[in-house]
Amino acid sequence: MTMTAELPNPLALIAELTHRCPLHCVYCSNPLEMQSRVNELSTEIWFRVFKEASEAGVLQADFTGGEPLARTDIIDLIRAARAAGLYVNLITSGLPMDEAKLAALVEAGLDHIQLSFQGAREEIANEISGTRSHEHKLRVLKWLKQHRIAVTLNFVIHRRNIDQLEEMLAIAESSSATRVEFANVQYYGWAFANHENLLPTREQLNHSVEFLKRAQERLKGNLRIEFVVPDYYAKYPKPCMGGWGHKLMLITPSGDALPCHAAQVIPGLRFENVKDRSLRDIWEQSAAFQKFRGETWMQEPCKTCDRREQDFGGCRCQALLLAGDAAATDPVCSLAPLRPKVDAILARMISAPRAEIFVKPNWLYRPNPS
Amino acid sequence: MPPDPQSFPRLAPGCRLNDKSQQPRTLLMPERALRLNGPSLEIVERCDGKHTVQQIITDLQKIYSKAEPQKVESDILGYLALLQEQRALDFT
Repeated sequence: MTMTAELPNPLALIAELTHRCPLHCVYCSNPLEMQSRVNELSTEIWFRVFKEASEAGVLQADFTGGEPLARTDIIDLIRAARAAGLYVNLITSGLPMDEAKLAALVEAGLDHIQLSFQGAREEIANEISGTRSHEHKLRVLKWLKQHRIAVTLNFVIHRRNIDQLEEMLAIAESSSATRVEFANVQYYGWAFANHENLLPTREQLNHSVEFLKRAQERLKGNLRIEFVVPDYYAKYPKPCMGGWGHKLMLITPSGDALPCHAAQVIPGLRFENVKDRSLRDIWEQSAAFQKFRGETWMQEPCKTCDRREQDFGGCRCQALLLAGDAAATDPVCSLAPLRPKVDAILARMISAPRAEIFVKPNWLYRPNPS
Repeated sequence: MPPDPQSFPRLAPGCRLNDKSQQPRTLLMPERALRLNGPSLEIVERCDGKHTVQQIITDLQKIYSKAEPQKVESDILGYLALLQEQRALDFT
């Protein structure tokens, strides 16, 4: 019985093409230590990675960053990924885009464009992104109507914009989007550093869940609404990445292959680089991908839990951040021995004076790498 | 609600079949993918804006002539409704 015989193929490749970005979002999912332009993979290596990914069974490539449009070879990369047989999804702020660029992206074979929004109104959106960006995004939405391409709007949700859901939905309904995501911030990296100013209150969260349930019913068949709750409020953890090394592979701008966005925070993991080894080889053999694959690494209560095949013990990076042990049960789980840590974070916020919760905080903004 | 038999289903933007050379045949969609077997592939291949729902039903009743025609029809309507709910189809 070999490991590889039972191992499923990776289904999606998350291609972090660059860490450069015109936005400075306070919840950015990039690591605190970012790669500069000189360390970025060459066009040719990405071409090879797309071919290897397709051969390894990958169906979809998510082009992300930073801002993937910051790569001057973006059109060639899309063309190459399509030619390799991949479905290409571009996750973008829309900022470095004009009408000609959009037409070129569509012409190159882009399948799906995911446009991020930081809020429904100029003021909060610009505050969160540390730039003047909102107005341009609304222009991009108008241009998108001229093209036959799938559009998803992604609103990142937190305490300071969760009360604007109705306006956000109105933006989505007046656009050509067929999907809209209301994704609460997940607390890693920059978001973890800013979590005390981002976590919504339970009251806000309950209200938003009610609102979105009604909207889902009303818009069924026209607009898909996806909702991601902040897992600090959940009873059970999220099935992070669909299981470690189970479905997804992320390639950093410099070519390191990771099982998830935040995996570099876990001490002792050594990541292979696509410059040195093939994608399939890394998927099957690399120690980092095997580390939390399957169930053998689990501790109690996960080890004997009925839900272990459903949520895989939750998120390893969150376990590291909150429990100090990447193999611990994700502390957001109500069954986790360290759940009181999460409850303490929530309690601190609830006990803060209400006025203090809603004034503009001193954000730690994500800088732009050189 | 079942689709109108005279309407023309067409895959929505961003929804497409993978290449014929790729196995298994799969309907690729934003953030998801659906593996297709015999009948579901026959249906999706005809969601091209040129076949009406009724034509798709007639075609598949011929291909699967051993199956109960009524069952073929209800299966197709159910499958199209599912794709519509996934926002994978436009009807014209």
